[in-house]
Amino acid sequence: MLKGKKVIALGERDGIQGGAIAACARAAGAEVVLEKTYCFV
Amino acid sequence: MAEKLDREDVVVLLGTPTEDASRLYAMTVTTGDPSWAGALAGVALDLPVYHVTEEAVKAEIAPSDYDEHLALMAMAMDVDAIGEAVRGVREGKG
Repeated sequence: MLKGKKVIALGERDGIQGGAIAACARAAGAEVVLEKTYCFV
Repeated sequence: MAEKLDREDVVVLLGTPTEDASRLYAMTVTTGDPSWAGALAGVALDLPVYHVTEEAVKAEIAPSDYDEHLALMAMAMDVDAIGEAVRGVREGKG
């Protein structure tokens, strides 16, 4: 499901951050095309 | 940007901490922003969306990577309710 796919990683500061999602997606063989960490304070 | 990519090649992964936030994000990238507050109001991108803690995603991530990057925060989330919310949107029941 991830291998060879283009991943849009939408993280949240109070949850899992975009960088962490992107690192896992890359390690699973995906290309990360957008990585964001949103913050609602 | 999403409109320039082939939908079949794209996966959206969420790291949202709550059921409500997960449903909102998932709807925003599928049927359009339900709050009608942002640029994606009324824009149905129809992208496949998963929460990163869902079993289908977790199964493809090496346990060592999951433990290093995701496990700690996942312990603080209701991953079952979050997964149910995102799956509901993905299957058109959002």
